[in-house]
Amino acid sequence: MTDIPNAPAQSDASRDLSFFKSLTKSLQNNWRKIVILIPFVWLLLFFLFPFFIVAKISVAELAIASPPFTKLIEWTDTGIMNIRIVFDNFIYILTDSLYFDTYVNSLRISVLSTLLCLLFGYPIAYGIVRSGPVMKPLLLFAVILPFWTSFLLRVYAWMGLLADQGTINNLLISLGIIDEPIRMLYTEFAVFVGIVYTYMPFMILPLYANMEKLDTSLNEAAADLGSRPTNTFFKVTLPLTIPGIVAGSLLVFIPATGEYVIPDLLGGGNVQMIGRVLFNEFSRNTDWPVAAAVAIVLLFLLVVPILVFQYYQGKEAEER
Amino acid sequence: MYHKRSRFLTIMLCLGLAFFYIPLLLLVIYSFNHSKLVPVWGGWSLRWYKVLFESPDVWNAVALSLRIAFVNATFATMLGTLAALAMVRFGRFKGRTLFGGMLVAPLVMPEVITGLSLLVFFISLQEVIGWPAERGFTTITIAHITFSMAFVAVTVQARLTGMGQDLEEAAADLGAKPFKVLTAITIPRLAPALVSSWLLAFTLSLDDLVIASFVTGPGANTLPILIFSRIRLGLRPDINALATIIILVVALCVAIVALIMYRQHKRDLLDQQLAERAE
Repeated sequence: MTDIPNAPAQSDASRDLSFFKSLTKSLQNNWRKIVILIPFVWLLLFFLFPFFIVAKISVAELAIASPPFTKLIEWTDTGIMNIRIVFDNFIYILTDSLYFDTYVNSLRISVLSTLLCLLFGYPIAYGIVRSGPVMKPLLLFAVILPFWTSFLLRVYAWMGLLADQGTINNLLISLGIIDEPIRMLYTEFAVFVGIVYTYMPFMILPLYANMEKLDTSLNEAAADLGSRPTNTFFKVTLPLTIPGIVAGSLLVFIPATGEYVIPDLLGGGNVQMIGRVLFNEFSRNTDWPVAAAVAIVLLFLLVVPILVFQYYQGKEAEER
Repeated sequence: MYHKRSRFLTIMLCLGLAFFYIPLLLLVIYSFNHSKLVPVWGGWSLRWYKVLFESPDVWNAVALSLRIAFVNATFATMLGTLAALAMVRFGRFKGRTLFGGMLVAPLVMPEVITGLSLLVFFISLQEVIGWPAERGFTTITIAHITFSMAFVAVTVQARLTGMGQDLEEAAADLGAKPFKVLTAITIPRLAPALVSSWLLAFTLSLDDLVIASFVTGPGANTLPILIFSRIRLGLRPDINALATIIILVVALCVAIVALIMYRQHKRDLLDQQLAERAE
């Protein structure tokens, strides 16, 4: 990187000074490389590399040791490298009906929640875009504000609303609409409510950003040509907001599939989602290779949506 | 906008806002409930705030979470800004696609996967080089920096592309070296984006339960870990009190920051108008 002049006659002080000078100089010359390298190395080390370790453990066997799995690479006495790869964990996961059903269930719940977010989020985002210059920033602020408050506490708030003795049941009973409390907490319904509630801002914000850029003269042109508002919406506005719909849907769908907190707190033991299975498997410290394989399969399921999301992000960044 | 908001959109907006805020409002109201059972009203009282202020483990967790959030926000802002500069200002370089991918993936990666992979990484690292000797503050902070820097990078990237390169090119034409342009022009102009990135990273860290639960060690309880372990078994009136305090603090901070940014925005607009008039 740098060559430090190292003449023996130099005093320590001047050597330090010349070292400092050459350091500054090399910083100025190589700063581009340094700017790239620092975050690049960080992400390689703490983001990409850990996935390889998970992949490695997923093809190991359970062992009574700490950590509880067999080593993938072992050096035998004769100096031969011995690689053991076992696909039993994957075969186990994909043939075991419990795991298989849990994957299917997670995908079903997250797809439906994403559609619900879109159904409610779209008109909200459109409503904000159509608001006046004073109301617009205020409404946007009102949508973003809950996002800044704790996710965990927003889920907790729904525990109080949906419980058997909770606010909704108490209200309905006191109004005489029902006699017995309706069971809502620890059901799939509660999980849907929780996901829609906490992920809604992730749907609204990309939609808003997309709609804000729309050219309103197109709507005027359609109206001038005699198109009814509903017709204009489906033929002009909706097709133009597809990028926002895709971005928002992926921002909800991908994390919701692996969600742990919501199925745990609002679904109790009654709603099986893969994130919860994975977390519990690991925290009980039982079978790490199987847990690692569960994670790899989940990642595999989500790889296509993640790549689509990256593609859209990149395209949007270039368009700006 | 030319078109007026239709009645349907207005109704949806009102319902949406009610849906967002009623649960939080009820959470706050029930924190002043005297009764031990959260949903059974037993009259107004500050009983649970007293219980809360007398429990040292809550305050230890708050202190740990704030320390992690502060260090995380500072490092994530620096790393994320460097990453954004590399992506927006440096054109093509080797590994740019991989770099961009790794920068976007943490935005959507399920937390259980990130948490699990970092845990096995730290354990393997400890086996090989003996570090980290124990999991807690350091491991949680590293994990948080890794996902927070992605959010910082997105924010700073948007600002970098938005502000254009005119001033930077002008400085370069006047003889400023690229490094000087970066420190004298680019970074100062990024300041508002850096502030909001720092706050975002701070909040993300304070909010994280899943990743912290994976990479923490015995005894290191962050605030979300403590809250989660208590509410897992049901409703707790003291958690309502804690939630109320958190909601009030967050709302206050966000409102202050929003006000400052709004004023800054107005001043920028005014400057622009004056400059246009001068021309």
